[in-house]
Amino acid sequence: MGLMTLDVPEAAAGYSHYGVLARFETAKALYRACEAVRDAGYSKWDALTPFPVHGLEKAMGLKPSKLPFLVLATGLSGAGLGFALQSWVHIKAYPLVISGKPLFTWPAFVPVTFELGVLGAALGAVLGMFAFNKLPTYHHPLFRSENFTRVTDDGLFIAIEAWDPKYDDRDTAEFLSGLGAVEVEHVPIDDPAEDGDGVGAA
Amino acid sequence: MAHGPRIVRLDQLVIQPGSGWARLPLIAGAVGLVFTVVSIVLAMGSKESTKQFFHSWLVAVVFFLCIGLGCLFFVLIHHATKAGWGVVVRRLAENLACTVPVLAVLFVPVVALGMYDLFHWTHADAVAHDRLLQVKEPWLNETGFWIRTVIYFVVWSGLAFYFRNTSRRQDESGDEALSRRMARFSPVAVALFAVTLTFAGFDWLMSLEPHWYSTMFGVYFFAGTVVSAFAALTVFTLAFERTGHFRGVVTGEHFHDLGKLLFAFTVFWAYIAFSQFFLIWYANIPEETNWFLSRLDGTDLNPASWRPATMLLAIGHFAVPFFFLMPRTIKRNRTLLLIGAVWMLAIHLWDVFWLVMPNLHREMTFSLLDVTSLLGVGGLFLATAGWLLGRGSLVPSRDPRLVESLAFENI
Repeated sequence: MGLMTLDVPEAAAGYSHYGVLARFETAKALYRACEAVRDAGYSKWDALTPFPVHGLEKAMGLKPSKLPFLVLATGLSGAGLGFALQSWVHIKAYPLVISGKPLFTWPAFVPVTFELGVLGAALGAVLGMFAFNKLPTYHHPLFRSENFTRVTDDGLFIAIEAWDPKYDDRDTAEFLSGLGAVEVEHVPIDDPAEDGDGVGAA
Repeated sequence: MAHGPRIVRLDQLVIQPGSGWARLPLIAGAVGLVFTVVSIVLAMGSKESTKQFFHSWLVAVVFFLCIGLGCLFFVLIHHATKAGWGVVVRRLAENLACTVPVLAVLFVPVVALGMYDLFHWTHADAVAHDRLLQVKEPWLNETGFWIRTVIYFVVWSGLAFYFRNTSRRQDESGDEALSRRMARFSPVAVALFAVTLTFAGFDWLMSLEPHWYSTMFGVYFFAGTVVSAFAALTVFTLAFERTGHFRGVVTGEHFHDLGKLLFAFTVFWAYIAFSQFFLIWYANIPEETNWFLSRLDGTDLNPASWRPATMLLAIGHFAVPFFFLMPRTIKRNRTLLLIGAVWMLAIHLWDVFWLVMPNLHREMTFSLLDVTSLLGVGGLFLATAGWLLGRGSLVPSRDPRLVESLAFENI
């Protein structure tokens, strides 16, 4: 899972905490907990795991990614641009007769059109993935947590953000404990003045 | 994750006597025989209809052969890559590949009788005045043609039965060494398959117009073959799921993968088809362009009317399925995937028709014999497939990767 919904809105200024971070022992416990958090109606939260957990997006109730539509659009734009560029070059800019063929010989344009279509789709996929994941993000409040370093090792986490409408400092923490979390903590929001290097505490 | 245990009864993996599948060989066989007889009767009507029959029959046999050979390719590549996901559908492919010997029986006598009508290069008087055909004679002669044809069928049948029987032996013994043995042999088999399929395409389809040649033709034939095989596998898998045999065995994940492969090879076909056209169009050498001209408008002196057929192929075999099969939701929706697969089968049939028929008619022509031959060969193909499927488990039940396949999920 990427950091899909984790962002600190402007309104965060009014919150004392980033939210609650809960660690689970097993992928199965995390999966069940995600289903419960989803069913409880939380919307500003994410699951964070060191490895892909199959079907977690269903347990979290995530909507399908919008990325494919972006890739289709950039791919078609690339193909269209490639075709238009060649047509313009061959008909208007440099009208040269090549091997006795008409100026507008569309079959000759297909290879470049195809390649630019692939290029457009590839760029759209990579850059779109970065954009949708809000990457690069150099720092994140979760890095304040000592526990959270385990997310690249064996830690399976759920983070519920303080600006979720259903969030409550105490109730949400108890809710997550009740779901079988082994560690639950409140994560503070960074104070920019205190965190001058911008790298994070963890 | 989070699925309850899936319970698969062993007896659901076997076709029960008295079920619709058990009756398939008899019904399809009867239909096949009736329409084969009808085709032969129609063929004897006139000299023209005899000629038409040979061409229609060639289209029908090659179409179903493509399904069998594409399934053989799937089995080979499955073992060569030690794939896990597709074990649950591999037995289907193993069985469909074993229809090849029956198609050989349908191919050989008809083509042997129709040699003169099908292949211009068998006309001794024409060869005598044709420098190009004389040069090609070391390859394009009847003895060589039949030696090669026998080799193709023997190699394909041998491979198909080796992999099916070894896999069925594993159903009984559960011996993992058999999987290793098949994996070790499969790269050799892939090489044999590639060579035989390429030259079969050259001999049976490309040499219909003996002056023409395209080094890409073998790959073109292969691309269409694999498209039709994945389409057929999808249709059969869906059918077995509907009748309950694959309930709890095959999931949306497997259909997603079959759909991905169908999509990928549709694009591959378009890539190869266009590349073949593009190089010939660009070089513009008469002996090469002639083949495409007779599938478009022909020349001023020798017009043809196949342009709509070629357009239909370009749109129906690429433009439409490219966008239709692209979304993930369509590949995971059984009804929509079924529509896509049936469409690809139909348009592949059109591809084979388009390869063969302009050799016979300059005008785009359809014949009743096209339909009766298709029903004749198709019936016998389905009867064979049904008979093979009815013998033993529909899934390699003790394959070491079966559990991996059952639990398979796309990320």
